[in-house]
Amino acid sequence: MSSTAATSPPPLTPRPRFGDRSYGRRSSYLLFVLPALVVIVAVIIFPWIYTVFMSFHDWQVGARRIWVGLDNYGELLNDLRFRAAVGRTFVYTVLAVALPVGLGTIAAILFHQEFPFRGLFRGIFILPMIATPVAIALVWTMMYHPQLGVLNYLLSLVGLPPSLWVYAPDTVIPSLVLVETWQWTPLVMLIVLGGLASLPVEPLESAVVDGAGTWRIYRDIILPMTLPFLMVAVVLRTIDSLKAFDTIFAITQGGPGTASETINIYLYLQAFSFFRIGHASAVVVVFFVIVVACSLALLIVRQRTKWS
Amino acid sequence: MAEQLQRRTSRRTVVKSAAASAFAAPAFLRLKSASAQGTPDAADAGFNWRQFEGETITTLLATSSRADVLVELQPQFEELTGITVNVDVVPEQQQRQKMVIEFTSGNPSFDVAMVSWHVQKGLFGRGQFMLDLRELLDDPELTAPSYDFADFSEAALRFATQADGRIDTLPFNIDYWITYWNMELFDQAGVAFPETLEETVAAAEALHDPDNGVFGFVARGLKNANVPVWTSFMQGWGAKPVTDDGALETTTEAAVAAAGFYQTLLANYAPPGVSGFNWNECQTTFSQGTAAIWFDGIGFAAPLENPDESLVVGKVGYGLQPAGPDARHAGTFGDGIGITANSAKPGPAYLYSQWATGVEVMQRILELGAGAPPRNSIYADEEFLATVEIPQGWVEALVASGEIGLPSLPEIIPVTEFRDIFGIALTNMITGADPAAELELATQQFQPILEQSLAGS
Repeated sequence: MSSTAATSPPPLTPRPRFGDRSYGRRSSYLLFVLPALVVIVAVIIFPWIYTVFMSFHDWQVGARRIWVGLDNYGELLNDLRFRAAVGRTFVYTVLAVALPVGLGTIAAILFHQEFPFRGLFRGIFILPMIATPVAIALVWTMMYHPQLGVLNYLLSLVGLPPSLWVYAPDTVIPSLVLVETWQWTPLVMLIVLGGLASLPVEPLESAVVDGAGTWRIYRDIILPMTLPFLMVAVVLRTIDSLKAFDTIFAITQGGPGTASETINIYLYLQAFSFFRIGHASAVVVVFFVIVVACSLALLIVRQRTKWS
Repeated sequence: MAEQLQRRTSRRTVVKSAAASAFAAPAFLRLKSASAQGTPDAADAGFNWRQFEGETITTLLATSSRADVLVELQPQFEELTGITVNVDVVPEQQQRQKMVIEFTSGNPSFDVAMVSWHVQKGLFGRGQFMLDLRELLDDPELTAPSYDFADFSEAALRFATQADGRIDTLPFNIDYWITYWNMELFDQAGVAFPETLEETVAAAEALHDPDNGVFGFVARGLKNANVPVWTSFMQGWGAKPVTDDGALETTTEAAVAAAGFYQTLLANYAPPGVSGFNWNECQTTFSQGTAAIWFDGIGFAAPLENPDESLVVGKVGYGLQPAGPDARHAGTFGDGIGITANSAKPGPAYLYSQWATGVEVMQRILELGAGAPPRNSIYADEEFLATVEIPQGWVEALVASGEIGLPSLPEIIPVTEFRDIFGIALTNMITGADPAAELELATQQFQPILEQSLAGS
């Protein structure tokens, strides 16, 4: 510790002390920070503290607020429906990350090649990403209709039996993931495409000169070098998938039964249908911990994939 | 009360009102000649509709064809009263949430609100969110002579009255559950309209022909939305899910039998995937001619008879809810219009509520098939009914349902939880779960919620 201190470069300007003229000047700078600080406290810090505070209460709208300590958390631990929602959220997230990342990477490799009208096709490819989620959900709901939807008609054209899509417990999660994949694969494609475009050409030229085949070049050079970009896509997709609400709610409202009830849908029901604000606050806190933990884990992985 | 309300009126407004009163009759006649809709009765000639002239109120309505009528006729109200109305129309689910959140904040942004009785009555009663209108109704200075409160149907008045006797909304719409049946399919198969649940199953079985794209029956399978199907069936045993003293009766013989009919009809004769069907999927299925029977609320005549949306125009029969072994009722739901308890403008808000639930607005709603107005006089007015273009069979089903209507959902505060928990049980039944076991489990889950609610009220 002392050796570190001894080798540290001296500060460019001496630390101002109380009474110095520079101290007064610097403290006046703090005034400029104050508005932002007030906004952050009002908009982020206070709501969070209040949510945590509310999670220690049993409060239903229209009734008295009662302090219950950690009871809401205990109730959550024993709530089979909540636990099922957590499991469902993870399944949904894994699928809704893996598929767009896999397909988006393949699409990026394709769009990285030179071919006629490449720009036009790229533009068309990213259109789903631009559309409004609820509008997308309504269109997909119509397409998924077991009797009148176009998807079963398309299946019939190739001789496949009809599916119940979002109308059956077994197929609802994969069907919702399909919507998510359709919408967000373009985002992954854009991120990876940016990565591919920024790769240095020298290692690739060296590999070609050394006689490496296309597959080997992709596996051993391009993939490791684009890994940091892929990790960015994975982090963004993971956070987005964990938070997914709009399309699920608009298409299934968590049904059939509770077959597509993720944490967000569960939370929405508790807060805005049952108005159990204390219980919902506890769900928010638990969910926040889950999201932060996942994000941190992914950020650590991302740090390790950075180019050295 | 009138004095209290009048005190909030400025001197300038009083002067304006006095001037307006002098010309009230001619102004009224002009309005009548411009349009017969949305204007008061001639008996109101001496009533001062302009006593709150210059005031502005905000109304919060749920998106519906009935709200569209209020918006359409609003300029006539503004011309009649001199009150400016800012209207906020929000989708039903969000409107309900907005109301609760704003009431909880203690300072709602609206003066008048459309209240869904079957969902919000208990909560709003406990929170006393809406103004008790009894004094206003008794006040001749504020209530127009033509406003006949006794004209509302008994079912509507029961809905509008809280357990403690407070009347905190005025009846606006009643929704009875009826049986829609495809007469063409029935005729082709030589099947008669089913009057009972047993006959409904038999008819569904006879008409069920999935290979040719026809399903015998369709109704809501989506959790929460599906509960009224079951509770309405229960009425056939003279039963209801929660007794007046708050006891759950969801595992009784009647409850299980009604759930059995629900399971039989939806698991065997409904389209595949019905467990995800809400009313809109049911409507689509029936309107495309692919379902023989549809059991749902009465408000679908307009789309079913619209050639742009429906393939069954002129082929739809409108029948009563099927009877059970012991009784025949019509599951009933409804909406009221009321004034927020904290409104700073209860006088203008009351005039608006009165106008919105008056005969003329309700006639317009019926004309458009936008709902089922809860005023008896409308259905007794044969001259008016003859001018209505919607099918007479629908009107007859509506009138007959009014005589046997009973609330289908329990009037408890956690009604949404009730619908959620029992809705999941019903959905599970469609996929083969045992009705008795599912109801037992759901009852165990809901019992503590109900007890907590009753203890807190």
